[in-house]
Amino acid sequence: MRQTWTWPWSKPVRPLPVSGAQLTNSFERRTFVLGMAQAGVGMLLAGRLTWLAVAENAKYRAASESNRVNLTLIPPRRGWVIDRTGAALAANRADFRVDIVPDRVVDADATLGMLAGLLGLTADRVSDIKDKLEKARGFQPVEVASSLDWEKFAAVSVRLPELPGVIPQRGFSRYYPTGPAVGHLVGYVGPASAEDYEKEHNPLLITPGFKIGKDGLEKHFEERLRGVPGARRVEATAGGRVVRDLGTREDVPGKPIQLTIDAALQDYAARRIGLESGSVVVMDCATGDLLAMVSMPSFDPNSFADGIGRIEWKMLAEDDHVPLRNKVLRGLYPPGSTVKPMVALAFLEAGLDPEASVGCAGGLRVGNRVFHCWNHRGHGTTNMMKGIYQSCDVYFYHFAQQIGMDKIAAMARRLGLGQEFPMPYPGQSYGTVPDPAWKQRKYGKEWAIYDTVNATIGQGYMLVNPLQQAVMASRLASGLQLAPRLLMNHHAPAAPSLGIRQDHLDLIHAAMNEVVNGRGTAGKARLPVPGVQMAGKTGTAQVVGLNVGNGKGGLWKHRDHGHFICFAPFDKPRYACAVAIEHGGGSGAAYPIARDVMTFLFDRAKAMEVLEGYEKSWGGNVQQRMAARYNAYAAKFGATAPQAPDEAQAAEAVAADNTPVDQPTAPQTDAAPPAPEPEVTPAPAPAQSTAPAAAPSPAPAAAPVSAPAPGR
Amino acid sequence: MQRAYIPGFIARQPWGVILPLLALVLFGGAVLYSAAGGHLMPWALLHVLRFLVFLVMAMVISRIPQEWFKNAALPSYVMLCVLLVLVELIGRVGGGSQRWLNLGFMQLQPSELMKPGIVLVLAWFYSVLPPSEIRTGRAIAPAVLLLGLPAGLVMLQPDLGTGLAISFGAVVIMFLAGLPLWLFISGGAAVAVAAPLAFFTLLHDYQRKRVLVFLDPESDPLGSGYHITQSKIAIGSGGLFGKGFGQGSQSHLDYLPEAHTDFVFATMAEEWGMMGGLFVLTVFALVLRWGIAVALRAPDRFSRLLAAGMVTTIFFYVCINLMMVMGLAPVVGIPLPFVSHGGSSMMTNMLCIGTLMAVDRWSQRQDGTFR
Repeated sequence: MRQTWTWPWSKPVRPLPVSGAQLTNSFERRTFVLGMAQAGVGMLLAGRLTWLAVAENAKYRAASESNRVNLTLIPPRRGWVIDRTGAALAANRADFRVDIVPDRVVDADATLGMLAGLLGLTADRVSDIKDKLEKARGFQPVEVASSLDWEKFAAVSVRLPELPGVIPQRGFSRYYPTGPAVGHLVGYVGPASAEDYEKEHNPLLITPGFKIGKDGLEKHFEERLRGVPGARRVEATAGGRVVRDLGTREDVPGKPIQLTIDAALQDYAARRIGLESGSVVVMDCATGDLLAMVSMPSFDPNSFADGIGRIEWKMLAEDDHVPLRNKVLRGLYPPGSTVKPMVALAFLEAGLDPEASVGCAGGLRVGNRVFHCWNHRGHGTTNMMKGIYQSCDVYFYHFAQQIGMDKIAAMARRLGLGQEFPMPYPGQSYGTVPDPAWKQRKYGKEWAIYDTVNATIGQGYMLVNPLQQAVMASRLASGLQLAPRLLMNHHAPAAPSLGIRQDHLDLIHAAMNEVVNGRGTAGKARLPVPGVQMAGKTGTAQVVGLNVGNGKGGLWKHRDHGHFICFAPFDKPRYACAVAIEHGGGSGAAYPIARDVMTFLFDRAKAMEVLEGYEKSWGGNVQQRMAARYNAYAAKFGATAPQAPDEAQAAEAVAADNTPVDQPTAPQTDAAPPAPEPEVTPAPAPAQSTAPAAAPSPAPAAAPVSAPAPGR
Repeated sequence: MQRAYIPGFIARQPWGVILPLLALVLFGGAVLYSAAGGHLMPWALLHVLRFLVFLVMAMVISRIPQEWFKNAALPSYVMLCVLLVLVELIGRVGGGSQRWLNLGFMQLQPSELMKPGIVLVLAWFYSVLPPSEIRTGRAIAPAVLLLGLPAGLVMLQPDLGTGLAISFGAVVIMFLAGLPLWLFISGGAAVAVAAPLAFFTLLHDYQRKRVLVFLDPESDPLGSGYHITQSKIAIGSGGLFGKGFGQGSQSHLDYLPEAHTDFVFATMAEEWGMMGGLFVLTVFALVLRWGIAVALRAPDRFSRLLAAGMVTTIFFYVCINLMMVMGLAPVVGIPLPFVSHGGSSMMTNMLCIGTLMAVDRWSQRQDGTFR
């Protein structure tokens, strides 16, 4: 019986009191409802089960499979960088390494503490790792140590259960056998940064132990060198424990690149630069192959690979010799007198008789200013030959005014100055070959006669990089339009001729030979190799006005740059070389290096003997000196050194170091006086400190007395 | 009788429920055997042994006279409430939530026993309440009090799942006892309004998170949503016939959490597929249908309500657990009766079965006559 519906708040007359039978009836009805509800839930569950197991089966099967199978990428072995003989400039070596994946670490301090004990990490190394752990995003593995021996590696491996997030593995790491010698040439590798990963969503990039090229050739040829990763498929538990191996695919190593560099020569040149800050470029006079391209001091790419440590960073950052700058491609210098053979060639092309002479009395009046020759006593009657081997400034002042800047600038460009060569490096500086049109464009000013005078002696607006100087040397030597070549190519077409008359070249060659082997400014540069004569040209470029310093001594930063360009043998040129020594105090710092590097090409034993003698007094070879310096820093600063920069900051710092210091572009040089040249000749140099041969003074008299500061 | 040659004691047993249960427990044992990586220990053997022990207990219970049940209803309820308070106190001292008392030889979980306990006490209450009072406040207020005390204590522990189970059993008894319908309709409406409020005020953070994750498991695939996601993967990847006995990668490689307790259905479905799942559902349908049939033919009001309440308790376990593993309900720690490994839930469920068997006996003895 059904109860009639009443509102709870209405007060109806109560019908009959509810009886037991009614309740039983209601119980049965409600139990039926309950049973139906349960059956409904049962159907719902069965339907849901069918949906999951049948309709969505494929999706969940895939999900289950991706759970079960763990794909581990095996970083590919990087392609080697080899020299022209096949010797390794950058290779791989097998090593044991330990990484940390920050995301998986539970207690970073405890883990690091334990690792430090197991691996014998120093305090500063631990601080470095902590910095990186803090900065790292979850997926980026941080390297704790590499090149471990088996015992240490095993010690970590067996304690893995207590070290969540720590990944020990066997792999390959990049190795640069000659270290700092190829730092700028080859570049270095490092772990991919978050930005790299943003650009290329490749899981390989976050595989522990994988490195990508960060600088130089390593970066430029990344694609070619990288190779194809291998993969290991394993069945693993949710906790990461491997249950069984499902198969492994081998990696495909990256392709090697062969350079025209001669590894031995590169290393020798790097060592021979010694304590100086400078660069050496050696080119093959037949092909343009770069045999050596060294910028020192440098960094050790081996230590950059693990991310640079705080002490090493402090060392690099505080070094005024800018070890992070590739001086060959990014250093710009006034070339000084090394341009004189080129200028002379321009004179010859313009029809100047090589016997045409000028009387050098130690200076030349141009307009109302006096331009001094480096030799204040004068060279007497000077023809082209003497002008070159004695580096007489007055000869060039005189005839440059006759011939005009346009012809000189054209020849400079023809020989490679101011030219851009396609080298696989970013951010090269190409310098300036000034001419009237350029000055008008750049400064909106008329070309003045003293600009010509300055340019002819490689001062003023004239700026070159050492590579261009080497190209100039090789073109002067060969008469061919050689371009620097870094990548080995046996099928490259022969370089075309520059179209310069051979008798002109012969004259220049003879004059440059005289510089070294005759009455010239670099007699000490004579090669100790019987039958091989080297031809060259010295250059000294002033850095600061003589009112600041004399360029020879005093503050390192104020000393003159030293240059030397050369080729050998002079009568049948095979090799050309350019040496630039920053603040070396003059060309005397440059040509002994050129001499020894050239000697090495003809007689290795003799050259090595000389080098080893030097290295004894320098405190060891490059690596030994860097290690000693490192230890000194470590002892002094220890873990208190400021944090090493992260990738981005480091790159920025390197870039800052690489922006060319535009020393003399600020036209302080209204008439930067030619700096004193040789040491070979009786040295009048010291006298200059008392009587600055400086700036063209507006003195009406031709007297060699001039105002100390360049008037403007 | 056909079964004349079978001893009377055996013939009298309710084989209609024992056989399906035995099948289910053995099947559960097989699943646990596989989940242990092909070992009887630590789960499968214990599971079956426990069932047999508790089956004996259920048979013993089934022989208890109805009067004993009635007399024990209130005292056992009071004792369970005292134990719940005790748990709460010890829990306070121990710091943190505690759900069990260590009796030395076993871990006693009073809230678990409270599930049949509340059914028993309410069935007793409504059997002594005169039928004419059923639509008055006297039918409601004592029942609400009887429910509120233990439910409140359990929720305080905090143990939302068990609290809901207790409440669900109690509410169903009230419903079947004949309380006016409008109470349940308006009560349902009130819950619908209050639930969001309770969600933001009463629930603990982890409970709130579970609910949120239930609504969107992918929002936290490695955290709270992990359970649901992995369970669905296990069930879904099993397909029609499963991956084969001992081949469940989800459970064997530890991707599925609680593979032998709360998520045992997923473990099973991965290896036995939809067919295994339907088998489990069918067995539960048989057991529940038997239970409802027992309730319907029960001889009196007390036994009817008692039986229906026990069925409801088992149903609630099954329903919530299966909904949870299939991603239809938030993760609450409720095991699957007769399949999940665990002593407490086995005991509770066998208490329910034993009580149902007792009711079944009473109805057979009275042979359909009403008292």
